[in-house]
Amino acid sequence: MIQEVNPEDLPENQEEEQPAEVLPDDTPIDLEEEFKASNVQEVLDKLDQELIGLAPIKQRIREIAALLLVDRARQQMNLTTETPTLHMCFTGNPGTGKTTVAMRMAEILHRLEYVRQGHLVAVTRDDLVGQYIGHTAPKTKEVLKKAMGGVLFIDEAYYLYRPENERDYGQEAIEILLQVMENNRDDLVVILAGYKEKMDRFFQSNPGMRSRIAHHLDFPDYGENELMEIAKMMMRDLNYEFSPEAEEAFREYIQRRMQMPHFANARSVRNAIDRARLRQANRLFAGDTKNLKKQDLKTIEPEDIRASSVFQEGVPDPDPALSQ
Amino acid sequence: MAMTNPGSRITQGTFSFLHDLTDDEIKAQVEYCLSQGWAVNVEFTDDPHPRNTYWEMWGLPMFDVKDPAAILYEVNECRKAFPHHYIRVTGFDSTRGWETPRLSFIVNRPTEEEPGFRLIRTEDEGRTIRYTIQPYVTEEKPENERYR
Repeated sequence: MIQEVNPEDLPENQEEEQPAEVLPDDTPIDLEEEFKASNVQEVLDKLDQELIGLAPIKQRIREIAALLLVDRARQQMNLTTETPTLHMCFTGNPGTGKTTVAMRMAEILHRLEYVRQGHLVAVTRDDLVGQYIGHTAPKTKEVLKKAMGGVLFIDEAYYLYRPENERDYGQEAIEILLQVMENNRDDLVVILAGYKEKMDRFFQSNPGMRSRIAHHLDFPDYGENELMEIAKMMMRDLNYEFSPEAEEAFREYIQRRMQMPHFANARSVRNAIDRARLRQANRLFAGDTKNLKKQDLKTIEPEDIRASSVFQEGVPDPDPALSQ
Repeated sequence: MAMTNPGSRITQGTFSFLHDLTDDEIKAQVEYCLSQGWAVNVEFTDDPHPRNTYWEMWGLPMFDVKDPAAILYEVNECRKAFPHHYIRVTGFDSTRGWETPRLSFIVNRPTEEEPGFRLIRTEDEGRTIRYTIQPYVTEEKPENERYR
């Protein structure tokens, strides 16, 4: 006695039948309302406040947000839209804010419902490429699985491809990556990041990768004034302040440091501030420790900055992690 | 049996009296598991006996996956590799006091028609009869050769 199950009674077969409703061409749509509802403005404002400069990048992000918003409106009108590819490539010198923007990007895409969870998984070659045959594929897939529903950020992506070693496993990771970037477009967004020249060379040898990435964003270097602004903002966040002379000294420091090798934009500024804090603490200890005021704890004086070897010897300070 | 369960489909785990879950429905269930902080894993077997508790694991439990798409990806990989096996998805709760699967459901069946079980009656002392069941598929075929 086998009970017949009519396949049309099954829920999965019932919705398919009704054709999508065709709306008249003059159906009103309030983009403004949509925009407000997505709360994207909030993130964009935050981006404007917290990131100094980077005008072309911000412009590009606004464009992407607009595209996604229009796409969503089109969907509501039952106009067919193909999910746009949003894989991106960030190029720029160190310390120009690539990781920070990537993090913000995950949030923006989440607000616009392009990615479901909105988390960022940041990896480098080591996390993707295995050490022996058969190790790479599961390792890469593991990372891709973690990133699904969010953004996968591959820092210094060009190291994936090592032309000098033809048996390098990086190629395998690239192939899996390409496959997932193509087939699971709805599930994750891949952002590659690195220095411009090396990235260009990477794309030359991997044309498949280049064609799958729709957005190439080039991060400009910061100017002197922008670096000063960044320094002041970092100080504010740390509850420190420059005395007027110290500010002058720091500007001079930046001017000198910018000419030296291994200048890493905002990261160099951060390190300089960290070292200035160290010297300030030492100065306070060496001086009159009994009669200090709150103001003294907050203020960075010019001597904290001028003690840097940038001024003394004309070379960048040694890495604080390496010196004692 | 036939009234509630047409075609002697095996009924283990949650939702097994329902129609096969669609991929979207599987995703929705997995989404729930992940929202509860459970580790989701994929298991497979071709021995449908109800006492066959420990199925083979497909890879490791996915502890730090955030999105159901990743789980569905593994389910599909497993379906590709073992189209003639039962596949189930299990949500494991590692919270102290639970430490057990909280949800488990079948996502793949080996064939459209499942042959079901033979009821074996063994005469015992007096007029006692002992019952046991045996899946038809395990009767003569070894592992990995059933359901073809």
